[in-house]
Amino acid sequence: MLHALSLWLICFGLWLLLSGFFDNSLLLSFGALSCALVVFVAWRVETIDPEEQPLRPRLGPQLLWYWPWLLWQVVLANVDVVKRILDPKLPIAPMLITLKPSQRSDLGRVIYANSITLTPGTVTTSLSGDSLEVHALTREGADDLLAGDMDRRVAGLERGTP
Amino acid sequence: MFAATACGILACMVLAMARALMGPTVYDRIMAVNAFGTKTVLIIAVLGFMSGRPDFMDIALVYALINFIGTIAVLKFIRYGDMGWPRNVPDEPDDL
Amino acid sequence: MAGLIDGLSWLALLGGVFFVIVGGVGLLRLPDFYTRLHAAGITDTMGAGLILLGLMLQGGWTLVSAKLLLILLFLWFTSPTATHALVKAALSDPQNPRPLLHEDAPPSKS
Repeated sequence: MLHALSLWLICFGLWLLLSGFFDNSLLLSFGALSCALVVFVAWRVETIDPEEQPLRPRLGPQLLWYWPWLLWQVVLANVDVVKRILDPKLPIAPMLITLKPSQRSDLGRVIYANSITLTPGTVTTSLSGDSLEVHALTREGADDLLAGDMDRRVAGLERGTP
Repeated sequence: MFAATACGILACMVLAMARALMGPTVYDRIMAVNAFGTKTVLIIAVLGFMSGRPDFMDIALVYALINFIGTIAVLKFIRYGDMGWPRNVPDEPDDL
Repeated sequence: MAGLIDGLSWLALLGGVFFVIVGGVGLLRLPDFYTRLHAAGITDTMGAGLILLGLMLQGGWTLVSAKLLLILLFLWFTSPTATHALVKAALSDPQNPRPLLHEDAPPSKS
């Protein structure tokens, strides 16, 4: 029930943001009704997610530390890959490496895998059990991942310490 | 200036389209179409500012979502040959 | 102040177009499917990010900017997922060529 309520709240917040109507009560009630319909359909097809709920966030303010760091990493990786693409000699060395993520929960592993993929130059190719296969465009990118800085940060994010 | 941005994005759309037409494997084509969709989102947003119609942002937002769902749907179709639940394969929880 | 924000916005738009075009060039230039994914990643992260940032600076503190931010968040959440789905499907397809690999891969951590 709490899950359905939080889904409704999120839907209604999104509706408010997208519609831009804040003072027309007829339209507001239509919006609320359509959000309730969405929640009903989600309940009927059993996709109200029991795992993670925005009302009780497991990842708290640490995300605010993690995101700027990730953004900076993405910028650095972008500049590196752009240099390599524009270089006439095309200095790439694609390789597949295997990592052992140290996160315990599925959520932590998925955040780690998605962070790797979001950084250009490295793409997660498979995530199963407790190993993670990564296709890296360059030796340097692979070495960075093997050094495990991002892994430690995501694990810290999961534990709740920056 | 918005026009210059739009021209740049259009030029890149041509490059993505070339990859979609050339692409040796089907996955190259899907990736190129996905990249093309991302650029479509960007160009819709830029065009909205260029013609002074901020309503275009809603279209861009919807296009971003449709692009993602479309990519996943095409991949699922290629993998299983069916858009419904894959009944002919054992459960692979971490699949797609 | 307004001139400064305008200048920053043009700079972001130009930078975004540069990254988008480099991503497109990489899409054509890199040798195989798995390496081309990285080029597509450039367009999805920096290209889209800078262009939408430039538009947000033009929009100011309005609902339009909020929608642009929402587009950016959706793009950044969905594009890694789509890329991962693509590469996983490509690797599990037996007819698809294996990735070209460089010889001296570093030893995997066990």
